[in-house]
Order: sequence, then C-alpha cells, then structure tokens
Amino acid sequence: MSQLSKPDREQLRAKYPDVFDRPAASRLATPAMIVAAFAVFIFGLVDLDFSPAKLFAGLNQLGWITLMMIPPDPGASLPAYLSALGETLSIALLGTTIAAVVALPFSLLAARNVIPSGWLRFPVRRAFDSIRGVDTLIWALVWINVVGLGPFAGVLAIALSDFGAFGKLFSEAIEAADRKQVEGIRASGGNALHEIRFGLMPQVLPVIAGQVLYFIESNTRSATIIGIVGAGGIGLQLAEQIRVLEWQKVSFLILMILVAVAAIDWISGKLRFAIIGQRAVA
Amino acid sequence: MARPFFEFGPGQNAAMTSAVSILPGAQLAVLNAAYRAAVARKRLRLALAAAAFLAALVVAALGAEVNLRTLFTYFGNFISYFDRILTLEDGTRVWSNPTEWFWGWRKWLWMLAETILISYVGTMIGAVLAFALNFFAAQNTSPAPWLRFVIRRLLEFARTVPGIVFALIFVIAFGLGPMAGVLAIAIHSTGALGKLFSEIVENADMKPVEGVRSTGASWLSCMRFAVLPQVAAGYASYALLRFEINVREASVMGFVGAGGIGQELVVAIRKFYYSDVSAILVTIIVTVFIIDIATGWLRGRLFGGDARA
Repeated sequence: MSQLSKPDREQLRAKYPDVFDRPAASRLATPAMIVAAFAVFIFGLVDLDFSPAKLFAGLNQLGWITLMMIPPDPGASLPAYLSALGETLSIALLGTTIAAVVALPFSLLAARNVIPSGWLRFPVRRAFDSIRGVDTLIWALVWINVVGLGPFAGVLAIALSDFGAFGKLFSEAIEAADRKQVEGIRASGGNALHEIRFGLMPQVLPVIAGQVLYFIESNTRSATIIGIVGAGGIGLQLAEQIRVLEWQKVSFLILMILVAVAAIDWISGKLRFAIIGQRAVA
Repeated sequence: MARPFFEFGPGQNAAMTSAVSILPGAQLAVLNAAYRAAVARKRLRLALAAAAFLAALVVAALGAEVNLRTLFTYFGNFISYFDRILTLEDGTRVWSNPTEWFWGWRKWLWMLAETILISYVGTMIGAVLAFALNFFAAQNTSPAPWLRFVIRRLLEFARTVPGIVFALIFVIAFGLGPMAGVLAIAIHSTGALGKLFSEIVENADMKPVEGVRSTGASWLSCMRFAVLPQVAAGYASYALLRFEINVREASVMGFVGAGGIGQELVVAIRKFYYSDVSAILVTIIVTVFIIDIATGWLRGRLFGGDARA
C-alpha cells in the first residue's frame, strides 16, 4: 500500500472536470427540487386547514373510536352481513367477467399489429383512457341514476371501469405477441379471422386469463366500497354502521372484508399459478 | 375431435414431398394414440374449469340480482343518460355553448386544485411514513424477524382497507373537510408504498452493505450509505406513480365529505344537474390525463427509460 503514490489533486481535477467542477445548475438541481417539493407540501398543509390543535383533537377522537371498536361484534345481523359479503363477491366476479368479455373484441381494435391504421385505433384508445380516468365510484353513481339503487348498478360500474382497464391491458398483450405465428397462419392460407384465432389467441389467452384473475381479486376490494354510494354489497352495511356509530359492528365488518380479500388473494394466486406458471405471476 | 397432424399412411406418401419421412404404421399408431389422449385430457380439464366458472357466474348473477332481460332496456337508459348530460337546459348540445356549459369553471378549478393538493400532501405523508417503515419490512435489512412481521401486517392492513373507508371514519373523528381526505390517502399510500419500497430494498445488492458494515458502521449508517443510494430512484418513481393514482382517489373523497371536487360532482349527479355532470367529468378526465402525462414525462426525465415500470 505504501507504494501507492499520493494522488495529484490538480492533475485529477484537470482530467475529470465534470466531477470536480460541476456547474452550479446541476449541483443545485436536487436540493432545489427537494425544497420546492417541501414548500408545496407546507403550502398544502396550510391551505387544507391543518392545525396541530385540530390534528390532536382528531387523534384523540380516533383513539376513542378505536377503543370502542374492541371487541368486534356483529350483534344479531351476522346473516345479513354474510349475504352482503356474498353479494360483494358476486359483484366483483360478474363485473370483471362482463368487462373481460366485452373488452376482448375492442382491444383487438386498439392493437397496432391487428389494426395498423391509426384512424380507428386512436379513438378507441382515447375512449379506454377516458373510461379509466373516471373512478369506479363515479361510474357507480352514474349507473345508480340509470338503473336505480342496488347491486346491479355495482356490477355495471365495475364492468364499465374494468372495460377501460382491460382494453388497454389486452391490447398491450396482443401487441407483445409474437408476429411469426401469425405470419405462419397467413402463409398457409388463413384469412384475417384465422390469424387472430390461431395465431394471436393461443399466445394471448394465458396472459389475459392471469390479468382477469388479478382483476377479480382487486375488484373484491373495489366492490366493497361501491356500496358506500348505494350500489349494493358489504360497503352499504359498512357505511350505514359508521353513520350510526356502531363501532363494534364496523370493526367486525372491516375484519370480514380483510378475511374475504385475503381468501380471494390466496385462491386467485393459486389459480394464476396453475394457468400461467410461476414466471408470469407478477 | 382431435385430429393428429401427421395421420397419413405410407400409401399417401406419393402426394407429399419426398422430404417428409413417414414413420412405420405401428409406431405412428402409438404416437397418434398418445397425442389423442393428451389432447382429450387437456380438453376435459378445460371443460371442467369452464363449467365450474359458469356455475359460479350463475350463482353470482342470482346473488347480485342481475336480470339479463332488463339489461338491454337499462343499457338504452345508459346511452340516453349520456344524451341528457350532453344537453344544456335550453335543449342545445353542450359544445355549442361552452361558456354556458362551464358556467362554474372558477369554482370547479378551485376545487380541482384542492383535489390535487389533497393527493399531493397525502402522497408526501404516505411516502415519508413508508420510507421510515420499509427498511424494517424488507427481508434483507430488517433488524429483527418479529419487528418485520409486525410492520408487514401493519402495512397490509393499511393497504387492504380501502381509502374511502378510512375517509368515512376520519370524517367523524376529524370533522368534515379535506384533512380527513388527506389522512385517508396518506394511510392507504403508506401501505401500498411500504410494500413496493421494501420490495425494491429486497432486490438491492447487499455487497455495499457488507462493505459498510465491515468498517464497523451502525445499522442506520448501513441503510444510509449502502442501501439508500441504490433505491432512491425507484422510491421516487413509485411515489410519482402513487401520486397519479391518488389524484383519481382524491376526486371521489368528496363523496363522503372529505374535500375535493367529488363534493360538487355528487351534488350534480344526485340533483340531476345534467350538463354540470358532464362538465365536471370532463374537467376530471382532462386533469387526470395531464397529470398522467406530466408524471410520466417527469419519471422519464429523472430516471431514464428503464425506471418507468
């Protein structure tokens, strides 16, 4: 180690000017960004009426609420809650299935390798984006206006907002498909429908099945909340119990939701594993 | 019916190109039988799975009170609903008179700004909390297994309970207003980001940690000087993505009284102010587009193309 010559600072400085003499703009960029982000944060706290007094009063209140939640107790309405949970699972399953079935043909229209011309593809994509830009809860409110209160509005709300998501995901899966198999079908004399059925679908379907299962899982979560605006399921019960301050029932309902979501996660994880194998489970 | 590809006898050989060699009949029969059996088994499994799925669908349809016959009439209503929200009170189409359509743009833009601010502040609080917790939740950096277990369950709880449920409870605890919305978004983001952050840490290279540890550094120094430089870019990328999601979430917080433009929207929908509904929806969609594009651009700028995922 002693043979190592002492580094010549001047020489290094001349050799690597980028390291030693970074321009002020690049040195200040990161701190400036952090300061700006923090400033907006502080402005937000002030603008949104955050005050320590309010925060502590609220936390105190929250502490009491938490204490009142223990122990979770459904009272006499356990059967009603169980059927509401069943309704929620039904909403998730039906909504996702309808969305997948309807979205598949439309996603073909949005895939570059099926419809090369932008005339059709572009508006279809923007339609998917617009539908996705609106939250499921908003769609639930709209559907309630159309079909009235109840789980059917929830099914349609989930179906519509998933239609936007599936359209995008499916068309991306189709675009990622291997071109060679389609060319093989065409070379052997197949028409455009044959190309889609025998060239694209066998590659795309496992990916799509995995995505649909994942959405059924995540829609169990969405379906729990659309009840809050009146679209059926366990969210309706939850919102009602919160409004009448029955905290033991609230905590029981939340526990039910957690258990149901965990169970669905587990089942769909197994199924996805069986359909597409470990590497694509992500 | 399962028809094997190469089911032709030696007699047909003349019609084929001579390059294709044909196996002897006996050997071929065995292969064909095996192929048929394999296809039949696969089809049976597929048919069983499809039948189970259909049965589940029927049960679900009964449970959710779905009536296929009324679906079509309802669908007509849905289309006509859009027809109505795109019509002004004087019966003309909304785009023929934009000033009438967006009559309340000053108020709506203000509430929209509040919505974005709610999601920004909520994302910041959530990201900071997730940052503080994630090193304890990651397998390779957690100081103790029991601590890791506790933190992971906490994060799981925070992200499984929907944000709007937190908002409902916080509205009662903290009173009506944006504060409840911010805290609800913050808690939900903590859960979601905590998981993603800890996954980044688990993928980090542990050699720098060993290097820092070998100099006698504490756990905190190991995190600061060995792990953080590897993971900071990923953190920022995920936090931006979360901000994007939270804008959507904040737009509905107003439904339960937790601030933002949702309040205006729910009033417009419930009171059948048709053209207002479409105007607010358009404002929300355009804002979400702009924020998607802006954060996408920012992530691309900050972390290069590969950090987009």
